[in-house]
Amino acid sequence: MTRFTPDLLEGPSDAVAPESREEAVATTPNRLVLTFRRLFANRGATVGLVVIVLLFVFAFVGPLVSPYAYNYIDYTALSSPPSGAHWFGTNNIGQDVFAQTARGLQKSLLIGLLVALFSTVIAGMLGAMAGYFGGWVDRAVMVFVDLLLVLPSFLIIAILSPRLKQYGWLILVALLALFGWMITARVVRSLTLSIKEREFIRAARYMGIGHFTIIVRHILPNVASFLVIDATIAIGAAVLTESGLSYFGFGVQPPDVSLGTLIAQNQSAATTKPWLFFFAAGALIVFALASNLLGDGLRDALDPTSTAGRTGRRRRTRGRTAESSGGAAPLGRTGGVSEAASPAPGADVGSPAPTRTSPASDARPTSAPPRTNDEKGERA
Amino acid sequence: MARFLARRLVYYVALVFIATSLTYFLASATLNPRSVYADRNPRPSSEVVDAKLSSIGVNDKDPLGERYVHWLGGAVTGDLGQTIQDKPVTQEFGPRLGVSLRLLLVGSVLGIVLAVVVGTWNAIRQYAFSDRVSSVLAFVLISTPVFLTAVLLKIGATKLNDVLGYQVITFTGEATPNLTGGFGTIAWDRIAHLLLPTISIGIGLIAVYSRYQRATMLDVLQADYIRTARAKGLRRRPAIFKHGLRTALIPMTTLFAFAFLGVLTGATFTEKIFAWNGLGAWFIDAVQTNDINIVVAYTLYSAIVVLLAGFVSDVLNAVLDPRVRAQK
Repeated sequence: MTRFTPDLLEGPSDAVAPESREEAVATTPNRLVLTFRRLFANRGATVGLVVIVLLFVFAFVGPLVSPYAYNYIDYTALSSPPSGAHWFGTNNIGQDVFAQTARGLQKSLLIGLLVALFSTVIAGMLGAMAGYFGGWVDRAVMVFVDLLLVLPSFLIIAILSPRLKQYGWLILVALLALFGWMITARVVRSLTLSIKEREFIRAARYMGIGHFTIIVRHILPNVASFLVIDATIAIGAAVLTESGLSYFGFGVQPPDVSLGTLIAQNQSAATTKPWLFFFAAGALIVFALASNLLGDGLRDALDPTSTAGRTGRRRRTRGRTAESSGGAAPLGRTGGVSEAASPAPGADVGSPAPTRTSPASDARPTSAPPRTNDEKGERA
Repeated sequence: MARFLARRLVYYVALVFIATSLTYFLASATLNPRSVYADRNPRPSSEVVDAKLSSIGVNDKDPLGERYVHWLGGAVTGDLGQTIQDKPVTQEFGPRLGVSLRLLLVGSVLGIVLAVVVGTWNAIRQYAFSDRVSSVLAFVLISTPVFLTAVLLKIGATKLNDVLGYQVITFTGEATPNLTGGFGTIAWDRIAHLLLPTISIGIGLIAVYSRYQRATMLDVLQADYIRTARAKGLRRRPAIFKHGLRTALIPMTTLFAFAFLGVLTGATFTEKIFAWNGLGAWFIDAVQTNDINIVVAYTLYSAIVVLLAGFVSDVLNAVLDPRVRAQK
């Protein structure tokens, strides 16, 4: 029943609903166009994308436009409210809040982007390897995954940070990425398990193509849509984690600033000098929100069974995609930590300490795994 | 089945062992308990400090292997060593857990119940005005880190108190110290203190879990058996609630298991910001005071809780979902 469908973005499934298969075939030549059309048909995603671009402009162009450096101290203006000279006002030692917010946002964005990039690459490679090779590779990767999930990552980063201060913020990126890939890797692994049974993989094997080439050229492109969505949401999540760590002084270290340090520094002034607090806090929320919206829209756009932007029919809701982790999960894998090891996302309960790095990386109702083969089959 | 469980138990114990040992070595390598004494006035002599640190088992001059073996020997018998103040870690643990439980239970239960209600309601009335509003709200709340929510709540309460001219909402600590009065006064005082942290914990849970609930519920509502139930003449309400909601709650139970066991590990940000001395605040304080033994004890404990949550969620799934049972 499977036809040889080399389209990259169709889910790894033999039993997709018929109309979506036709769709995939019909639109294969301009898949990218369709993706973008769908993305822009989604108002939330469009807004998210625009906001992210604007925030990037603010973070990277802002410091160039601003008359003050972020650490310049203007003794003539202490704690002054927003004005023509200091657009966002100044703090109590005379630093320009506009320059500081731009700088903090820049640092947070850089950290978020790099963490998302690295953790997605690790997740994709290790997950695909575990699923493709099986056997001891699979077992080793999964034990590693379980171990990292069991370690309270927030605490580990907190105890490492004083010693690693001297190496700067890049080490923070490495740590956040190290603790940010596990759940994604599990999903990639389970997707790989079904992809590797498909004919084109076998064909590639018979043609004598090496295992790693197959993983890079055939497996990973087939999970690319999931990885793109996951990475988008991971950016926002990483920014939130970083700011949470910095809030306690475990993240970005002074004199450098990030949104987290700015918020921690100025929270007590929030009622008396609101400009100190609300620009940084606003930037943080707006960015995280935009990345969530974009991730959500991307999922709709990349979902091969989605009808968004194609016909007048109502799309089948994001509901199905967030169908979760739990699902009808068989009784654990070989007995690891349960797939649903995403504890109370977004909430404080159980979140920062156990398993997930971040107060909101957990918060991925948006990034739950797409269905796997059998789940789809069950319903088709 | 017994063999399966036994193998799983061995695997869990091994994971906890590796995680705890790893943390022990990391904490010993990075935290510096000596600095605790450096700031004391008068400054104790280095011999005294050495003796003290050695007796606690965190002296960096003693060989690491020896300290580790000693700690492990104690840990096996349930002795997790001393805090930097030379009190047994296990003794301080109980009260801390109590504080966390008092703080989190109400918020978590409320949060989860409301999340199910909101999520179900949104799914039934998909794309209605109420659904759109709560979707937007949920997205905003999910994007707000909990420390910001907590700080914003505090700011709001301060403003409210200023406007009203007297302290309506109190938000520091668990209770007003040295409060005298009858049972009513004290109970009210506790409730007033609980208000903001409960909101801070609850709305995060509602935001996230209502999205999950909405998603699973939507999936269920489109399932064939709901159509069948309706087709054979069942009214909408029983079809949705008896056949739909119960099924939709199965995958949710796995998430609830994590939320409830998460209660046991404390809420770091909420506790620190509202000055409750629970477990979450404990580990932040421990890192800041270079207290190796508390850090390791907390890791051990949270590793156990996380694994337990995974196990409970799998068991719940097996108990509730006949399809999973059938696979065995």
